[in-house]
Amino acid sequence: MNARFEYLLRLGDDALILGQQLGLWTGHGPVLEEDIALTNIGLDQIGQARAWLTLAGRAENDQRDEDALAFHRDQSEFRNAQLCERPNGHFGDTIVRQFLFDAYAVPLHAALSQCNDAEIAAIARKSAKESVYHLRHSSAWMVRLGDGTEESHAKVQESLDVLLPFAGDLFHSDAVARTAATEGWGVDPANLREAWEHHLVQTLTEAGLKRPEPAPEQCGGRIGRHTEGLSFLLAEMQVLPRTYPDAKW
Amino acid sequence: MVMRNADDWLALLHQVPDPEIPVLNVVEMGIVRNVEVVQNCVEVKITPTYMGCPAMDAIADDIRAQLTPLASEEGRALKVELVYAPAWTTDWLSEAAKDKLEAYGIAPPGKTTDKRALSGETPTVRCPKCKSETTELVSLFGSTACKAHYRCNDCSEPFDHFKCI
Repeated sequence: MNARFEYLLRLGDDALILGQQLGLWTGHGPVLEEDIALTNIGLDQIGQARAWLTLAGRAENDQRDEDALAFHRDQSEFRNAQLCERPNGHFGDTIVRQFLFDAYAVPLHAALSQCNDAEIAAIARKSAKESVYHLRHSSAWMVRLGDGTEESHAKVQESLDVLLPFAGDLFHSDAVARTAATEGWGVDPANLREAWEHHLVQTLTEAGLKRPEPAPEQCGGRIGRHTEGLSFLLAEMQVLPRTYPDAKW
Repeated sequence: MVMRNADDWLALLHQVPDPEIPVLNVVEMGIVRNVEVVQNCVEVKITPTYMGCPAMDAIADDIRAQLTPLASEEGRALKVELVYAPAWTTDWLSEAAKDKLEAYGIAPPGKTTDKRALSGETPTVRCPKCKSETTELVSLFGSTACKAHYRCNDCSEPFDHFKCI
């Protein structure tokens, strides 16, 4: 197995799928500012995805470029965490999904900025500035919704109860992750859990939200096991380049 | 024919405006990172303000459109390459560039040490219209990836603030 390719796909697919989801909010945000915010964050994610997938393509000897990887792989070939493919749902669902991811992305990008691979570190340093800003946004909304009205509190608590188990994928350690960490060009996500937990607990306390009882974690995204939502997302995202493979626009 | 050197090419790049903020050119924006003449090729390295900045392709196209004919005159090719390191920072905007931004109606980023936008504190942002410092953040995200949205509490002007990163 090409560990470098697999590892870069995980980074790229998380960003790509999340970015695609956030793009679906265009024109549907609860207020204009949030419409712009969610789509701006989506744009950052797509930008990061392009960089990671370009590197991934190079890691398999330039067999595929970013577009080939994004548009011409099937569901089982995607390596994103299942959290990223959870449907947008209502605004609270999207905020919780984003918050759980951002709180992971911040320590991830910080750690990768220090890795021994110049290309990976460069993308991570650039992404780090963006993920810190994203986390500030999603954390503020966690507090605003959790500490808001009775209805906003109830809704966001339910979103958290449903989505928290899906964070398991983010910290899943396996041979690929350990190879990346041992060789020094990546990090073992298990080591990011502590920083994530710290921010999670802090924000939930401030938001007056209750941490759900521990539940079995959903894993499998890293080996291509996905939920139904991903197939609908890919169908929409890929239809044009798959129908007209040489289309230029 | 006098062959242009790297400085000459850099001077020419000053004539390429940023597509989103046309009062600044791509050099003033800090997007152009390096210009070199390597044998028969003029190599321009550019870096994005934000990873997903949708203007990057347009910027690369604009640079090519403007410089390729000039390079061809010298029998040279023009190459525009995207680089990520070092990561773009508002520190690369000159004081003159910041003045131009303010005159254009965009509150410029603060001084180099002011990275409070990243850490969650709210920086002091001056209204580009009436210069009041009594302004409030409306949204962390503005009309483009590099800006946040503010409002002046004195003159009620809504305006963009160039995020300090």
